[in-house]
Amino acid sequence: MKTFSRGIRVKHNKKKTEEKNLQEAIIPNHVIIPLQQSLGCPCDPIVKVGDEVKEGQKIGDSSKFVFAPVHASISGKVTKIEWQPNACGFDAASITIESSELRAESRENTEHRTQSTEHGSQNLENLTPDDIRKIVKEAGIVGLGGATFPTHVKLSPPKDKKIDTVIVNGCECEPFITIDHRLMLERTEDMIFGAQAVAKAVGASKIIIGVEKNKLNAIEKLKAVISNWKTCPELVEGLEISILDTKYPQGGEKMLIKAILEREVPSGGLPMDVGVIVNNVGTCIAITEAIKLGKPLISRAVTVTGSGIREPKNLYVRIGTTFKDVIDQCGGLTDDAAKIIMGGPMTGLPVSSLDVPVVKGTSCILVLNKKDAKAFSEGDCIRCGRCIKVCPTGLMPNFIADYIKLKDWERVEEYNVKDCIECGCCSYVCPSRIYLVQYFKLGKRELQTRKAVCK
Amino acid sequence: MNFEISTGPHIRAKDDAKSIMWWVAFALLFPSATAVYFFGISALILIIFTTLIAVISEVFFQFVSKRPITVPDGSAVVTGLLLALILPSGLPLWIAAIGSFFAIVIAKGLFGGLGFNIFNPALAARAFLVASWPVAMTMWLKPFSAITGPTPLYLSKIGEAVPGYLDLFLGNRGGCLGETSVLAILIGSGILFYKKIIDWPAPVAYIGTVFILSFLLGKDPVFHIMAGGLMLGAFFMATDYVTTPVTTKGRFIFGLGCGIMTVLIRFYGGFPEGVNYSILLMNILTPVIDKYARPRLFGALTRSRVI
Repeated sequence: MKTFSRGIRVKHNKKKTEEKNLQEAIIPNHVIIPLQQSLGCPCDPIVKVGDEVKEGQKIGDSSKFVFAPVHASISGKVTKIEWQPNACGFDAASITIESSELRAESRENTEHRTQSTEHGSQNLENLTPDDIRKIVKEAGIVGLGGATFPTHVKLSPPKDKKIDTVIVNGCECEPFITIDHRLMLERTEDMIFGAQAVAKAVGASKIIIGVEKNKLNAIEKLKAVISNWKTCPELVEGLEISILDTKYPQGGEKMLIKAILEREVPSGGLPMDVGVIVNNVGTCIAITEAIKLGKPLISRAVTVTGSGIREPKNLYVRIGTTFKDVIDQCGGLTDDAAKIIMGGPMTGLPVSSLDVPVVKGTSCILVLNKKDAKAFSEGDCIRCGRCIKVCPTGLMPNFIADYIKLKDWERVEEYNVKDCIECGCCSYVCPSRIYLVQYFKLGKRELQTRKAVCK
Repeated sequence: MNFEISTGPHIRAKDDAKSIMWWVAFALLFPSATAVYFFGISALILIIFTTLIAVISEVFFQFVSKRPITVPDGSAVVTGLLLALILPSGLPLWIAAIGSFFAIVIAKGLFGGLGFNIFNPALAARAFLVASWPVAMTMWLKPFSAITGPTPLYLSKIGEAVPGYLDLFLGNRGGCLGETSVLAILIGSGILFYKKIIDWPAPVAYIGTVFILSFLLGKDPVFHIMAGGLMLGAFFMATDYVTTPVTTKGRFIFGLGCGIMTVLIRFYGGFPEGVNYSILLMNILTPVIDKYARPRLFGALTRSRVI
């Protein structure tokens, strides 16, 4: 079985939602759209308070390269452009849109997603790589696995970097989350089309879809679709499925490349340094929608689950919908709900209020009840070495944490804290419950500011 | 509504420091049981007494130094049990009490408590007792009797007949309380292996090195890995988290070093046995091993290679 070294086996907890179809969520009457939803520069608003906007209209743009524009996810009136609470824990400049229409039910079914319109192009032949990049950029597409790196930037590797392989990341190694699993089952063709668009944009000849072996039905579906297409060789040329061991963090970019291609992204480098581009399943589908339907990224798939949710679901949610509106459609919170997490249980962020919006990086709304949300108090390191045994990057987390506590920044750097991918394996196994990843985030930040000061 | 806020990961593995310590204590009950079987009720009293003094010393020290009392974490119990198992049967209780106090207060507490001690507390205490009361610490009772007799390693050193393999394996021979029965030690450590609490590098490297070197030096390798405290030391002391290296590579080097030292002391030194000192000496080297035996950084080799 293909995999990477170290890592952890963790309970999947996907049972509650893995069999449930993705549904269109109710379109909310007001949305809060933060101007920065990518791992890039924030956008400037291009609408004013009081403006009427249409669904899909661009409302935030920037002249920078590393950014992704934001769009109105519902039609309505701009009522506020100000700092508002955000899932990241601090306030973010956001645009609020309110609509007067009353919508009790979901307006559309999910079928519209694959229907074509006159805006789009049904095949890739007429499109140049630059066209694809432009469409992706205008649609505001970012990495939907959670990292939210602007996709058009990823699709623009420097000339000297030859990309030979596109990897579609269908691992979904985080427990609880099931959207990529569902998307692979329900939107197989769209996903492959998107991956082919990516391959065309970067000039890669090979597409490999990496799926963990706990999603056997998705693997079967992929195989079936590919064998159906055997008659048109141009569709399946260079297309491969790679079945991977179920291990966390298999979906980490570097681990995935290592597992599938036996290539190691150099320390401090990017996948393109080894000729690879990795895109998440959801990102590929967003690219397909942008190309075929001319639809910008105004909604995304979200798993709503956990012991604190009455009716766990997989939903297509409009960007900017508040957590409250989403959770209300899932039977609401249980009485003992204690912790709201945006993302998975390993790397997700805790959220203090239900008034924060779903953003492009929200793959999951996970609510834990009191029992599951039990806080841990940190003890002293007993040097058991488990953190070292599980670190997929080959770091020594216990020593780095010690040096961060001692503020010995030279040592912190020498022990390669910058290579930490913040997967959380070390904290997960630590018998003394030390918040290792948190220390590393702190350490990385400190090193960065110190570097900036030195310059 | 107020929600819990803490950073990820929001789920944790089951094992915590406390459960690990109690599993080790549980595993030590097997060699303790054989000790009681072979050396009688006095061994039971010695084991309970030593452990009790260890716990009392911990409470005393943490109270005096105004630290939180951490007895429930089980580390004092483990230290007390381990120390009892490396004492000779029939040792006066007051000497055992001093040893137990030394282990907890001097060897562990003064260094900062659990996680910060340099030496294995039980081994440090034993070394201290051997230096202070050499006669009492080398009076070995024969199993099922009140007569003293030499240990197999001493017999081997002076060239006399040694017990057979089966007696060595089962524990029917003179020696420290818990070191005599190889079988009990294997059962106890087997549980710890199964629970993934200890790992193979240190014990395998340790026992393997002694076996190979004994063979190369023309001694009986099977006798030398079963006699003395090697098994107990390799499985329960060379795997101590706090005082041994943290990486797989480091732990292997640690075991290798222990093996070489043990053989040197046994064959060329003045003592018949060398497990205690060899592990203590390697404890000193642990920080150095940790510094150099690091895991390979992901992507480190390809840093300069162009693909």
